[in-house]
Parts: sequence; structure tokens; C-alpha cells
Amino acid sequence: MKFLCVDCDHVMDFSDRDIPGDGTMAALFTCGRCGREVAMLTNPMETQLVSSLGVKVGGREVPGQPMELTRTQVADGRDDAFDDAAAPSSSEAPIRVTWSDDAVERLQQVPSFVRGMVKRIYTDYARERGIDSITPAVMDRARTDLGLEGM
Amino acid sequence: MKKIRTYHEVESEGRGQVPEQVGKQMERLARRLADVRAVWIVASGKGGVGKSAVTANLAAALAGRGLRVGALDADLNGPSLARMLGAGRDGLRVDDDGVHPAPGAAGARVVSMDLLLATDDAPLKWKGPAAFDFVWQSALETGALREFLADVAWGDLDVLLLDLPPGTDKLQRAYKLIPDVTGVVLVTTPSEAARSVVARSLKLAHDLGAEPIGLVANMTARACPECGHVEALYEADGARQLAAESGAELWAEIPFDPAFALETDRGRPAADRRTDAVGAAFGDLATRVVAESGLGPLEETEAS
Repeated sequence: MKFLCVDCDHVMDFSDRDIPGDGTMAALFTCGRCGREVAMLTNPMETQLVSSLGVKVGGREVPGQPMELTRTQVADGRDDAFDDAAAPSSSEAPIRVTWSDDAVERLQQVPSFVRGMVKRIYTDYARERGIDSITPAVMDRARTDLGLEGM
Repeated sequence: MKKIRTYHEVESEGRGQVPEQVGKQMERLARRLADVRAVWIVASGKGGVGKSAVTANLAAALAGRGLRVGALDADLNGPSLARMLGAGRDGLRVDDDGVHPAPGAAGARVVSMDLLLATDDAPLKWKGPAAFDFVWQSALETGALREFLADVAWGDLDVLLLDLPPGTDKLQRAYKLIPDVTGVVLVTTPSEAARSVVARSLKLAHDLGAEPIGLVANMTARACPECGHVEALYEADGARQLAAESGAELWAEIPFDPAFALETDRGRPAADRRTDAVGAAFGDLATRVVAESGLGPLEETEAS
């Protein structure tokens, strides 16, 4: 998929995305020459089609987690199917990340089947950006930045 | 209308980066399988011929000879391999190497959707919008199979067995997903119905370039548990007919033994422990798979 700025005859760059949580997605592309912006809006089925490939529109910013597609897409996963206790954060940044109470509460609402993996993704996101406290606002931003539909 | 360059006329890569990400997925899969000496697909095309039972017992027979064996249940919607290999339902450990397979019979390493679903009777359901879900579900199933291959910490394996669901399309999908398939075992029975369906799979396997391809005739006869007398279960002999017509080689003919089948159902595939007609058939099949994989002589493998 390429977005071409017709006036400039220049391929537009992916610049941002928004995942409001209703299955839709907005991806913003910008022309590097004239600055024109175009938003690609997908309906839930189109968003799902892309998600089903295990890819993120605009690319990934953190490494993929083992069985990320399966864990995020299976509807009736067993709560204790995975033991994430031994899974370290993939980020080597020496930052101790804490979770605010309301962020922990929100994390607890994530099904156990995928919770350990989601926690690791948010922790990696925070470390790589020098964020030492994960709040719901950080989680929202991470979800959008990373294209984490369904997390 | 103003002339607009077409996709291929624009030289730069797509900014959605989708092909790049898919390419990286495949590179990850290839890296993972680099530590696997032989990948075998166990397929049929036909349902109900005993693919999973053959896979489980072949895994046991190979593991019983000291080989390091992985067993991947590619039947996402009807998984039974984990049960047949007696894999426990302890949580699969996740670490920086990936998801670790469950230990199964004879030390085989097992991954199956059965280990991930909430209950024994829970069907596999995917999230996402229900409308037109058939459009994207096959992509998800392929993605899950890719993750079962690439994201599982299989470790060093001598043989990885893939137990495919029915359907010739599944064979094509798996064959194209895996960069270097060692060979294909096609399971059939003596029935005419199985012969005609497996013939399609055989043709597809040839078209895909699979080599070697071994036919396994399952449930050819009934072995009496008392006296060992073997009696044909079918009047037809579709498996041998298929072999004769196609030129494919019949690698094993496995009689049906209720006690053996019950042991497999209970997660104790006995192919590595039995010396009767069924055990001998699986022994021959294991020997052939080892030879075709270039793993022999077996003594060297056992010592490694």
C-alpha cells in the first residue's frame, strides 16, 4: 500500500495513527514535500483484515511478542494457558517502571490469557521512552502508537 | 484525468510497511526452524483416517529411539494431538526465547490449540467483527500456525511433525509456509472414499514439489489382541490401489487394535513399546522417516 501525493508526485509518509477502541482505525499519512495530510479510515472489518496478518499499519515500534496474534485474537483462551512469570522485558533500558493503581486496575480487566504479554508490551513501551510510571494515559498513548487493537 | 503513477511505477517501498513485516515474520520462522533437522507434514485430505493417531504414535516411535521430536497440532479447529500425546495442561512457559512446548509422551514436545482453549469442549472462536468473519478467519488461522512454528521455543529437534487437519488446502498452506519441508506422509485407509480424496492430496503434493511422499495405510486390518491373528477390515484395498496407480510408495500398513487405540486416546501412544503387528508397523514407518530425513544411522543420533 502506498499513498501518493498527486500534486507533488511524491510518496507520502506514515505519520500517526489512532485506534479509538471501537474496531476502527485512522492512519495519517503526510507528504514530505508539501505537507499535505491524508487520513486512511478503516471500518472494523478492514481493521481486522490487517490485524489478521499480524502486522501493524505504519510498522512496529516494539518487538513482536511470542504468539502475539494468537493471544490477542483467540476469544476463549484459557486463563492459565501461559506462564509469563519467566518472560523478561525485552527492553534493556535501565529504568524501573512502576504502575499506578488505576493502571493496574485497568490491566486486571485484560483477560488472563493475554495479560502477561500486554503488561510486557506496555512496560517495554515505557522503558524505551524513559517513562517511569505507567498510567491509563500512557496505556492509551501506547495503544495508539503501537497499533494495539484489542489491548 | 491526470496521469497518476501506478503502484509498480512508484519505486519507493509502501509506507504501510505490511510486506516488510510479513517478510520479517517469515525470516523469524526460518531462523526458528534452522535448529530443526527434519520437518515432516502428516496429512491426508480426508477426515477420520487417523492422522493424529498416526502422528502421535510416529512421534512416540521416533522419540523412543532417542530422537528429539516436536509435534505441532496444525488442526486448530479440531485439536487432539496434545491429548493423544498426554501433554499436561500446565501453563506454557514464556521467556525471551518464546513459548515453550508442553512435554508429552516419550519426551515429545507438543504445541496445540487444545492447550490454549478455555475448556475441553470450547470451540475455537476468534475476536473481531462477526460480519463477514469468514473473510479474515483463514488469515488468522495461517497466522496462528505461523506462530506455532516460529514463536515456540522448540529447541534443537531431530524431527518436527505437523499434524494437518483435513482438506487439501491445508497441505498447500503448510507446505508454502514452511521454507524447507523434508517430506510428506499421507495417511489413508483401504476405503474407496479415502482413496479418491487422498489421491487429490497426492497430486497436490507432487504439484508442490514435495519429495519424498510416503503413503500410510491406516486401519487396514484388525489385529486380535488374544492370538495376534490379523483380519482385513475392508473388502476394498484402496490404499494399495492408490499406490499402484500413482507410483507412490506405501511406507506402512497399520492394523487396527482397539487396545492400542484406547491407549492412544488416553495419551499413552504405545508405538515405542509394542512389538506386535501395530508396533512393528510404526517401527517400520519410523525407520523410513529417519532414513528419508538423512538422520541415520540412528546410533549416531542417539549418541548426540
